[in-house]
Amino acid sequence: MTDERVRQVSLANRLLTRPEFGAFLALVVVWVFFAIVAFDNNFVSWVTTAAILNRAAPLGILAVAVALLMIAGEFDLSIGSIVGFAGMAIMLLITPAEAGGFGLPVWMAVLIALIITLLTGFFNGVLVMATRLPSFIITLGSLFIFRGLAVAIPRLMTNRTQLGGFEDYDSGGWAAAFATKIEVGGARFDIAIIWWIVIAAIATIVLLKTHIGNWIFGTGGDANAARNVGVPVAKLKIALFMVTALAAFTVALIQATQLNSADSLRGTLKEFEAIIAVVVGGTLLTGGYGSVLGPVFGALIFAMVQQGIIITGVDGDWFRVFVGGILVLAVIFNNFIRQRASKR
Amino acid sequence: MSDKILEIQGVSKFFGSVIALQNVSMFVRPGEVTCLLGDNGAGKSTLIKTLAGVHKPSEGKYFFEGSETLFESPREALNAGIATVYQDLAMIPLMSIWRNFFLGSEPLKAGPIFDIENAKRITREEMAKMGIDIRDPDQPVGTLSGGERQSVAIARAVYFGAKVLILDEPTAALGVKQAGVVLRYIVEARNRGIGVIFITHNPHHAYPVGDHFVILKRGQIFGDYAKEEVPIDHLIQMMAGGADLEQLQHELAEATGRS
Ligand SMILES: Nc1ncnc2c1ncn2[C@@H]1O[C@H](COP(=O)(O)OP(=O)(O)OP(=O)(O)O)[C@@H](O)[C@H]1O
Ligand SMILES: [Mg+2]
Repeated sequence: MTDERVRQVSLANRLLTRPEFGAFLALVVVWVFFAIVAFDNNFVSWVTTAAILNRAAPLGILAVAVALLMIAGEFDLSIGSIVGFAGMAIMLLITPAEAGGFGLPVWMAVLIALIITLLTGFFNGVLVMATRLPSFIITLGSLFIFRGLAVAIPRLMTNRTQLGGFEDYDSGGWAAAFATKIEVGGARFDIAIIWWIVIAAIATIVLLKTHIGNWIFGTGGDANAARNVGVPVAKLKIALFMVTALAAFTVALIQATQLNSADSLRGTLKEFEAIIAVVVGGTLLTGGYGSVLGPVFGALIFAMVQQGIIITGVDGDWFRVFVGGILVLAVIFNNFIRQRASKR
Repeated sequence: MSDKILEIQGVSKFFGSVIALQNVSMFVRPGEVTCLLGDNGAGKSTLIKTLAGVHKPSEGKYFFEGSETLFESPREALNAGIATVYQDLAMIPLMSIWRNFFLGSEPLKAGPIFDIENAKRITREEMAKMGIDIRDPDQPVGTLSGGERQSVAIARAVYFGAKVLILDEPTAALGVKQAGVVLRYIVEARNRGIGVIFITHNPHHAYPVGDHFVILKRGQIFGDYAKEEVPIDHLIQMMAGGADLEQLQHELAEATGRS
C-alpha cells in the first residue's frame, strides 16, 4: 500500500500522537528530578518505590474509572464521597446490633454495601441523563449528599463517625484479598497494586478492543451523533457512573481491610486528585479523547511528588503548590501535543 | 409495484411551539427512489429523522413492513434495516475513520471483542468503491476534507442499509465525480430492491434517479408526483417555489405601490 500522499511518520511523531505520551514524559522527568535531588534521602530504593506505588494504587483505581467516564464526556465529583459512604456502609452492616449496626456476616455486608454503592452511581447517572444538566453540577450536589449521608446515618445509628474492628469479624479471606503485603527487596508492596494493574488492564482492553470502548469514544466526541448511529448513550453513561462508584467501593474495601476501620471522612478530595491524575494523563476535559494508561501515569506522578516531598523533608505545605503547577503544565503540554497530533 | 416497506400517515412533529411537520403522509416502496424536495426549513430533515427513529412523531402513525411500529431509538430503526446519512453526517471528528464507520454497529469476533482488522479492511474497501482511496484508516475524521467526510457517512449507510436507505443532502459537498458515484449508488441500491429516500436541492441530481418526487413546504406535503407526471423544467420550477415567486412579485408590487 503505497500512496504518494502519505509520508512516513517518524516513530517519535507517532508516539507523540498517543494521549498518554505527555504523562509518560512527565513521569520520567519527575522521577529523574527526585532521583537527583533526593538521592541522599534514599529515593532510588525498594522502600521508596513501594511507598509510591502503595500511595498511587487507590488513587489509580479511581482514576481509571474516572478516565472512562471523562472520555465519555461526563464528570463525577462525588467519587470521594462515595469512598467514605461505601466504607461506612460496609462497617455499619458488620457492626453488631448492640452497637447500633446490623450485625451481618462480612460477605453479606460487603455484597449489600456493593449493591447500595452501585445504586449511588446509578442515581448520579440517571439524574444526569434525565435532567440533561451538566454532570459537574449534579455530582457536585451528590458530593455533599453522599458525604452527608456517610456522616449522618452512622452517627444516628451508632453515635460515631468511625467504625472499627473489621478483622474481628473477617474469617481471613477479605483481608488476604485486599490488604496483603507482598515483600520484595525488603519493602512491603500492597496487594492493591495488583488490583490496580488488573483493573487498568481490563479498562484498557474495554476501551481499545471492544465495541463498548468505541461507544465511549463516540459518546464523548459527540453524544448526538453517537445516538443517531445507534449507540445507547444514556445506558452507557449510567453504566459508567456505576463503574466509578464500583471503583470507589473497591478503594473503600481496600481501606477497610488495610486499616480495619471505616471513617465518614475518608476519600475527601479524592475526586479532585482523580481528575488531576486523569487530566495530567492526557484526557480531554470535554471528552472524546484519552486513554487508561495516561491516568495510570498521572496517579504515579501524583504519588511520586507526594512521596518525594515527604522524604526530602520539604515542608508538606508545598505539596499543593507542586501538584497545581504540574497540573497546569501538563494541560499546556497536552494541548500542544494534541495540536501537533491533529496536524501531523 | 411491490408493497410499501415504510409508510407514515398524518404525522406531525412539534418542538415546543414550533410546528416542524403537520399532517404529513408519505411512503417508500422497495426498489424505488423517493426524492424529498423543499425549501430550507421546510421540514425535510425533521421528517427523515422521524423515519430514522431520532424523533418520535407527536401525532400520526408509522408503518414498517405493513405493521404499525414506533422506533424508540435510531438503534431500533437500524436493526430493522433503515440506515441514514444525516445532514450533519453524525461523525465524530476526534475518532478515526474505521472507528466512525462502525460506530454503533461494531463487528465482534469473540464476546465483546471488536474485530478491528476486519473493520479497517472493510472501511478501506467501501471507501475505495466510492472512488476515495483513504490514506490511513487511523486518520481522525476531523482531518478529512468535507467531501471525504460525507463519503464516509454515505459509504457507512450504504453498507448498513439493508432495506431502507435515507440520504439527507448527501451530494452537497461532493465533487462532480463523487456526486456521480453517489447517484450510481442510489441506482444500485434501488436495483437491489432497497427503498431509497433522497433529499437534495439539486434537480439535476434528483431527476435522473428519482421515481417519484415528494415536495414538502412549510412542514406540509405540497405534492407527490411520479416521474412520468412531471417534466424536469416543471420540477425545477416547483423546487424554486414557482408559486412563491409569483406571490413575492405580487407582494413587492404592493409594497412599492404603498410607498
Ligand atoms: N430540535 C428542534 N427544535 C426546534 N425547532 C426545530 C428543531 N429541529 C428543527 N426545527 C425547526 O423545524 C423546521 C424544519 O427544519 P428542518 O431541519 O427539518 O428543515 P430542512 O427542510 O431539512 O431544511 P434544509 O434544507 O435547510 O436542510 C425549521 O424551522 C427548524 O427551525
Ligand atoms: Mg435539512
